[in-house]
Amino acid sequence: MGLFDKFQALAAARRELEVLGIDPFGVEIERMVSPTEGIIHGRRTILAGTNNYLGLTFNAECIAAAHRALDADGTGTTGSRMANGSYSGHRRLEKELATYYGMRDAIVFSTGYQANLGVLAGLTGQNDVVLLDADCHASIYDGCRLAGPEVIRFRHNNADDLAKRMRRLGARAADALIVVEGIYSMLGDRAPLAEIVDVKRQLGGYLLVDEAHSLGVLGERGQGLAEEQGVLADTDFIVGTFSKSLGGAGGFCVSNHAALDHLRYSSRPYIFTASPSPATIASTRQALRILADGHDLRARLRANFEHLHAGLTSMGYTLGASPSPVVAVVLGDKIEALQFWNGLLQRGVYVNLMLPPATPNGVSLIRCSVSAAHTPEQIDAVCAAFADFRASAGVVAA
Amino acid sequence: MTTNDILSYPHILAQLSAEMTSFTQGRVQIGEDTNLLGDLQLDSLQVMNLLLRVEDRFDLSIPVSILPDVRTVKDLALQIEILTRDG
Repeated sequence: MGLFDKFQALAAARRELEVLGIDPFGVEIERMVSPTEGIIHGRRTILAGTNNYLGLTFNAECIAAAHRALDADGTGTTGSRMANGSYSGHRRLEKELATYYGMRDAIVFSTGYQANLGVLAGLTGQNDVVLLDADCHASIYDGCRLAGPEVIRFRHNNADDLAKRMRRLGARAADALIVVEGIYSMLGDRAPLAEIVDVKRQLGGYLLVDEAHSLGVLGERGQGLAEEQGVLADTDFIVGTFSKSLGGAGGFCVSNHAALDHLRYSSRPYIFTASPSPATIASTRQALRILADGHDLRARLRANFEHLHAGLTSMGYTLGASPSPVVAVVLGDKIEALQFWNGLLQRGVYVNLMLPPATPNGVSLIRCSVSAAHTPEQIDAVCAAFADFRASAGVVAA
Repeated sequence: MTTNDILSYPHILAQLSAEMTSFTQGRVQIGEDTNLLGDLQLDSLQVMNLLLRVEDRFDLSIPVSILPDVRTVKDLALQIEILTRDG
């Protein structure tokens, strides 16, 4: 088999899209107009697929902080923290994250993907057991592949299934690592975290919660699902990203375990990569301050996603979960989903298209992500685009 | 059934075939050489869901790391034989 033969199926799938004239995975936003609008194919388009939950990408204070860091410390760090040194901003952000969560320490990674990769690869080894929710993000699976622990999947959002698999482990359950997400990125559903914590209390183990999509969104202080469910003290590791609610790029892990610091010397995705740029760190530090006090932003976000969820529900669409910033419309057929996605773009609305096997249960999804920065009129316009496309296509609601 | 039960290979194979026939709603004739991805006409996610049902039937957990070595029904049956013996 030749080097490039493995790409044949991929190339065939790309050709299929070319024939249809639809390119959902190569969209270029030619210019950003605001956190919620951009120019795509030369036209002003509402961005409802960006994960910009608090709309902070254009926040004046964050931009000013990034400018100051750029002027003071330059464009990049040009190396890894272990080999080339940390900047003071890296360590300050780690201390601020630890303080924000009321935990002992934090580690900053260069992307959210690398945060999961780095924590799982650094924390686990071949003699360990990791129990994953079946719908966990690819970064979690990839982190496990890097470290080689025994990986056992449990049924999505099913604490009883987790307990069954923990019991099968016998004495090994006490040291097993359980991994779940606050809000799952595809359907927008939440983990039954209180039930999962109950399993941990009964059978032992450690709990890691990936709050990538719930940071800034859930909880009084925006700490995520663990805060909302009152189980922060039972959560051993919280992983999150700077690239969604914080409007930057990077990731982190916070924990009360002193061993977290050892990851700096054991985690290859931390050791062998360039550290985040000064401007990125500075804007993230400012965004974290805004996020922690951002009750008004969370209120606006909630109003917006409830607005969109209610609008699409009233049209008869099947949605992936109860209201959350991720509003996923469940469609059956791939071609229908492609045409639907394209129809929305032609009507000035950019959303995400998710196709099997990346989706749960083999469904196709039109995935909207809502922002606090969306205006009620923009949410109305998104709903109107869904209604207009369905009317023009004669599509019966899924 | 528990992992303490000693299961023979033919018994495991018969149980696996029954589970797969049910999962695929009888569309595919299941044999030792049946390929889990190609012959069952399932995508990778559906195979993972099938494995969750197989795990329940045998009351064991199949580590994800052994799956790259599992291509056929026979491969899976042999892995289950090992897991029930060592479990």
